[in-house]
Amino acid sequence: MSAVMITRKVRKWESSGKEHFLLRWTRNDGPQKGVFYLTLFLIVGTCLTVLSIRVSRPIAASTLFIWAMITKNVIGACPYLAIHLSPAIPVFAIVLFLFVMAMLLRTSFSDPGVLPRALPEEATFIEMEIEAANGNVPAGQRPPPRIRNVQINGQIVKLKYCYTCKIFRPPRASHCSICDNCVDRFDHHCPWVGNCVGKRNYRYFYLFTLSLSLLTIYIFTFDIVHVVLRSVDSGFVKTLQDTPGTYPFVLVCFFTLWSVVGLTGFHTYLISLNQTTNEDIKGSWSGKNRVQNPYSHKNILKNCCEVLCGPAYPSVLDRRGLMRDDLPITSSAAVPAIRSNPVPQTTKTTAPLIPNEHTPDDTKPSIADTTNPHAEKSSPSPKEEKQPTLYKALHSPSLQSTVWTYEKTCF
Amino acid sequence: MGRSWDFQHDNDPKHKAIFHNLQELRHSASLANKVFIQRDYSEGTTCRFQTKFPSELDSRIERTLFEDTVKTLNNYYAEAEKIGGQSYLEGCLACTTAYIIFLCMETRYEKVLKKIGRYIQEQNEKIYAPRGLLITDPIERGMRVIEISIYEDRASSGSSSGSSSTSGTSAR
Repeated sequence: MSAVMITRKVRKWESSGKEHFLLRWTRNDGPQKGVFYLTLFLIVGTCLTVLSIRVSRPIAASTLFIWAMITKNVIGACPYLAIHLSPAIPVFAIVLFLFVMAMLLRTSFSDPGVLPRALPEEATFIEMEIEAANGNVPAGQRPPPRIRNVQINGQIVKLKYCYTCKIFRPPRASHCSICDNCVDRFDHHCPWVGNCVGKRNYRYFYLFTLSLSLLTIYIFTFDIVHVVLRSVDSGFVKTLQDTPGTYPFVLVCFFTLWSVVGLTGFHTYLISLNQTTNEDIKGSWSGKNRVQNPYSHKNILKNCCEVLCGPAYPSVLDRRGLMRDDLPITSSAAVPAIRSNPVPQTTKTTAPLIPNEHTPDDTKPSIADTTNPHAEKSSPSPKEEKQPTLYKALHSPSLQSTVWTYEKTCF
Repeated sequence: MGRSWDFQHDNDPKHKAIFHNLQELRHSASLANKVFIQRDYSEGTTCRFQTKFPSELDSRIERTLFEDTVKTLNNYYAEAEKIGGQSYLEGCLACTTAYIIFLCMETRYEKVLKKIGRYIQEQNEKIYAPRGLLITDPIERGMRVIEISIYEDRASSGSSSGSSSTSGTSAR
């Protein structure tokens, strides 16, 4: 018989949790991924042609071959500028490009702040609270909407109930229908990035748009400078003939500039007011009759610091993934594991009880019963038969020093 | 971290008897109820939990102990989420390295979460377990609730009506 050990399992947040989210992301979201790859392609393609970096010239794919052909035409731009002006110019462009890519990947592959769905016990507990608050609804009448009012910094804010996740959404959280998850401090779902933008990855998203704006402006400027310098040297018409590949990219940069710079400007405005895109679109804090934004510090610098320099929040999503792997030893799943004997239901209006053999059946389910089906439907697993000490058994206070055991769950 | 209870090498006869009881009963304690302490949003979206004492714990634990636990947890979370000099430095440093430094370095929040984990374990061992309660780390529940599981001792409440307020303090 193995002894019951208290072991400390390494939690996912102690190492990087991003990989699990990446796996999750790659499993879902087929059509969204396409737009993300287009984004990557546009950024990489535009920069490659201007920078003419042979090392990173992509292999195979006919579109990439076209890029290479065009790149050959523009091959003079980078060395020309390096010789005639300064070698720092292409170097800075490369650094900026790498930063943009890092921010894009970070935004795409990090957990935006997904709120995990309520476990059955919690969901039942909330349902009972709602029912208790509503009282008796006459038959045929629709029950009142599930809203909880909280006071934040002196303002009344309504918390809505999410029927999918079975929780009352925290303030500023919203349910994303594309990701099918409630996201904390939900900003918007960005198709270009292929992910929601929320509490955890908003700063990466902002830095992505900001650095992309700078990169676009930079490339646009130096493309123009390159053409001008060449024209000065060898005439405008000859320059046009020498570098035909530059002009599509100048055009791309021009149009990208307006949209990306515009987006950056919009998000800078939102950050200075400590608002999210979602709140701005819905007009939550605008208008005289509406509540003023309770989250704003009324100081632009403070608001910016809070959003951009705030703490790096941990992902609560990965944690849950780790627990479920440990069934039936985990704390959440230990509940059905402990009660392997099927017992009838009991009733109490205020405090739900565990089922007990001696009480009669009744209609109202208790919290414990929500997890009963697991215990009743399946026979005790072989693990339980051979090693009963694996159960999380909490002994009575009189025996406190003896049988208290921890499973490898909580800590 | 934590103790290990090895029943095979435990020579105390009282423990052996209990061990046999466990084997025979398979479960000497079972989950009676769960109480969920909700978040307190009165000061914004920072992580705080309500210190209101739930009625289900009335007979199980003293009010002051419970409030102390929740207040300490709130203080830990406030420390983790504090926006000050250290968080700016961390943010700026991470930004200059394109956040690659987070792969090597542990963030302040993660350090405080570890402290919270240890604190909850210590509280469970010293205060809550002897009273038949178990606190689950809020991070396991998406930082939404503090889940307190109430256990009852089946052996001592064999023919009772299964009330959750049955105290498990019967002497053995």
